[in-house]
Amino acid sequence: MSNETTFSRRALFMKLGILFNGLVATAMAVPVVRFLLSSITRGRANAYLAWVPLGSVSAFPEGETRLATFRNPNVMPTDGKTVNTACWVRRVVGDQFQVFAVNCAHLGCPVRWFPQSALFMCPCHGGAYYRDGSRASGPPERGLFEYPYKVENGLVIIQAGELPTTGAPTASLFGKKPPCAG
Amino acid sequence: MRRLITRVGEWFDRRLQLAAPIREAAEHPVPRNTASWWYVFGSAALTVFVLQLVTGILLAMIYVPSASEAWSSLQSLNHDVTLGWFIRALHGWGSNFMVAIVLIHMAQVFLFGAYKFPRELTWIIGVFLLLMTLGMAFTGQVLRFDQDAYWGLGIGASIASRVPIIGPLAVKLMLGGPIIAGATLSRFFALHVFVIPGMLIGLVCLHLWMVLKLGINEWPMPGRVVKKATYENEYHALTKKDGAPFVPYAVWKDMFFAAFILLAVAACAVYFGPFGPTGRPDPTIIQTAPKPDYFFLWLYAILSLLPPSMETPALLIGPVVAIMVLLLLPFLSGEGEKSWRRRPIAVLTILLIAISLGTLTHLSGYTPWSPHMNAWSGDPVPDQFLRGTTALQRQGALVFQVKQCRNCHSLGEAGGQRGPALDSVAVRLTRDQLIRQVIQGGGNMPAYGKNLSPSETTALVAFLETLRPPNQAPARNAALGVTQQTHTPAQP
Repeated sequence: MSNETTFSRRALFMKLGILFNGLVATAMAVPVVRFLLSSITRGRANAYLAWVPLGSVSAFPEGETRLATFRNPNVMPTDGKTVNTACWVRRVVGDQFQVFAVNCAHLGCPVRWFPQSALFMCPCHGGAYYRDGSRASGPPERGLFEYPYKVENGLVIIQAGELPTTGAPTASLFGKKPPCAG
Repeated sequence: MRRLITRVGEWFDRRLQLAAPIREAAEHPVPRNTASWWYVFGSAALTVFVLQLVTGILLAMIYVPSASEAWSSLQSLNHDVTLGWFIRALHGWGSNFMVAIVLIHMAQVFLFGAYKFPRELTWIIGVFLLLMTLGMAFTGQVLRFDQDAYWGLGIGASIASRVPIIGPLAVKLMLGGPIIAGATLSRFFALHVFVIPGMLIGLVCLHLWMVLKLGINEWPMPGRVVKKATYENEYHALTKKDGAPFVPYAVWKDMFFAAFILLAVAACAVYFGPFGPTGRPDPTIIQTAPKPDYFFLWLYAILSLLPPSMETPALLIGPVVAIMVLLLLPFLSGEGEKSWRRRPIAVLTILLIAISLGTLTHLSGYTPWSPHMNAWSGDPVPDQFLRGTTALQRQGALVFQVKQCRNCHSLGEAGGQRGPALDSVAVRLTRDQLIRQVIQGGGNMPAYGKNLSPSETTALVAFLETLRPPNQAPARNAALGVTQQTHTPAQP
């Protein structure tokens, strides 16, 4: 082994070995990373969202707010009960509805409706909302999340499929400020 | 017999070649005064970590990491499997003890200046060990797949979603999909059982290696100042002059304390039993008030008490700053005094952090910021507030009850603490102010104008006006008094 030789056979093989290993590792990393990010890449362009029925219009009396449940459109066999989701349905008048996520706009705890005081209250950090979903008090910075809805063949149908969180693109889809209806 | 053991031992060591390095590590000299009860927390943390590994493996033999089965598999651990409840309890209490011991170890190391040269990297790795311990605590809470775990994940997702730009992507990555479901539990299982423990084992080995190679921090003496140029020679001189082999000179205290901690974990496990699981992780059951495990209660309190506008910055910047401070600490004060007697700011910092965490945790015990969801139906208006009242005032008391004012306001110590207690509200607010407050809200109170008829408001305010101690005058509008006086004709 001489120090002067910078380009020995051994060193070349060593470098080629590193290069070859690096290439294979990079090639192998591609499927690994794609696998890891699959939950993000699949969800691009709102692929998780779908229209799901909540029940017939007549199940929701006018002027009242009722709890409804639906099954999330994406289901895996191991999901168990976690794909069942609750939402608050307010029938304002006729076919005019507001469908609120139960998840508090603060940190996602389930809000409860109190018809007597006409408030949604959150048990976690004390957020409160008025009957139209707008913020009444507490830490939330915005009103409740609303699902887009439509009424078809006497059924209330909402667009759902993602956990509503403050930063989600669907949050703006669901309206930054709920309209002051009624 | 003894000769046989020696020969077998020699046979193995000839091939393993481990006896010499182990003896060297065990008998390395440590400064005599470090054989102290203050130096036992590191080994205690390691002991509890081993307990967690063992009990964790045992639990994994029964536990099913599936959103549809996890909860029932915990139930069979609790009720069907022989001593399953005990192993669960050991693991749960072990995690509480581990977080506590790691924090105490860190405080001790900080107060004794052990993070200074040449042990900076030992400290930095320690910071990562703390983060991973907390990571294990959170992911472990998720594996106890109950209501608290479900909504706790929702809180985690809500926090993650607030990160600018990548927030929504981070949520999907964290949940393994668009909602909290089977994929979420499976990936937290992978984190809790493979990823974080693997990293923990690796870093614990490095941490220990450095303690062995650099030597345990000597007992800090006021005035014995660390200087990079001279410290190592001084330390070696100290261990030579006043050193003793770690085994057996110092190790017996570690062993005693480790055994005591194990006993304490076991005692808690037997006495208090396992943690949960609470209700089924069914998101349609919304009658739940989720709460994090003990070591995250302080965070829960902060999230309730911060003003809304400060919350996102505090949530996103706070942890980064805290971790940066911890990581930079050995570089900012890598030299100088080690003794806590000469470092008042260090002592005050530890006190401040300890008192803050303690206070916030205590507050989380009774969550004064949350409405009492059942106060309106559960806590009647105490009799003493109804004695000698008129029909209108009693009607007001009914409105007070039925409109759920009690959920946020207490009367006679019963009811929510979200808003002020109203036992003496009439001393503070005049009739006009009461009406305004009820109808328009404000100061964190919702407006009830749309939800109270004029007659209800009148009755409610009539009741509120009676709420004052008998010997105290009601609030009065001073301005009104002045205007009325100016209108009355002056007496001759």
